[in-house]
Amino acid sequence: MSRYAAGSRVRVRAGDPDHHTRVPRYVRGHVGEIVAALDRWPVPDDSARGLPPRVETCYAVRFSAADLWGSGDHTVTVDLWESYLDQP
Amino acid sequence: MTSHDDHVHSSAAVRTRQLEERLIAAGLTSDDEIDEFLTRLYASASPVNGARMAARAWTDPRYRDLLLSDGNAAAGQAGFDGLSYQLRVVANTDQTHNVIVCTLCSCYPVSLLGPSPGWYKSFPYRSRTVREPRAVLAEFGVTLPDTVQISVWDSTSEARYMVLPARPVGTEALDAEQLTALVTRNGLIGTALV
Repeated sequence: MSRYAAGSRVRVRAGDPDHHTRVPRYVRGHVGEIVAALDRWPVPDDSARGLPPRVETCYAVRFSAADLWGSGDHTVTVDLWESYLDQP
Repeated sequence: MTSHDDHVHSSAAVRTRQLEERLIAAGLTSDDEIDEFLTRLYASASPVNGARMAARAWTDPRYRDLLLSDGNAAAGQAGFDGLSYQLRVVANTDQTHNVIVCTLCSCYPVSLLGPSPGWYKSFPYRSRTVREPRAVLAEFGVTLPDTVQISVWDSTSEARYMVLPARPVGTEALDAEQLTALVTRNGLIGTALV
């Protein structure tokens, strides 16, 4: 069961983990909009550390360039696992 | 190709070989296993595969709907079963132009687009495409009107993205083979119009 529906707004966790993660630095702390739930996959942060991975829904999340960079009229959509996200 | 590109490519090859040697020394794989994997991967990987799917979507609205809603099912119908990733296809329209990047590494649907070009793996492409895609596209010769929204897709998960280019005007009389020939690898990445 996916926690977020398409159209929901979410905030990317701002933390800077000391292990592998798939959260690009440029979206950390930013608010985006869920475009779609993709599939459920093992969380790479767990797999990379040899831990039994949590398996979570991954979402396509869209951000506005103006918000990410302070300028630009494009959007950037990034795939993010559920535990990378919080309510805004 | 410039000498700078040569340097980048050769140092990547050296680093790759060092990584392979570490994995082999650790008993995790062997040269034979790596060769077999690469042979299998590249034997059928070609941008003609993605081009065939795009051309079919131009002429068959039901196939287009399937391609955009369930890329893997659409790939299966075109004879490409068992993709090792979730295929997501995004369509260019009069209002939106899509472009694919992988800022973390160089993810890309190899089986449908063929081996990725050197520039796709380069730091400038990966860092600038999310920041100033209009300028990057202009350097590829793609100048879009300001009214066209650019949508960048950063491939950070197990999904792989492919662009469905817009069908060029004046191609009504072409057959499937001729339409397929119009679709380039860069068109499927979003760094070219077709």
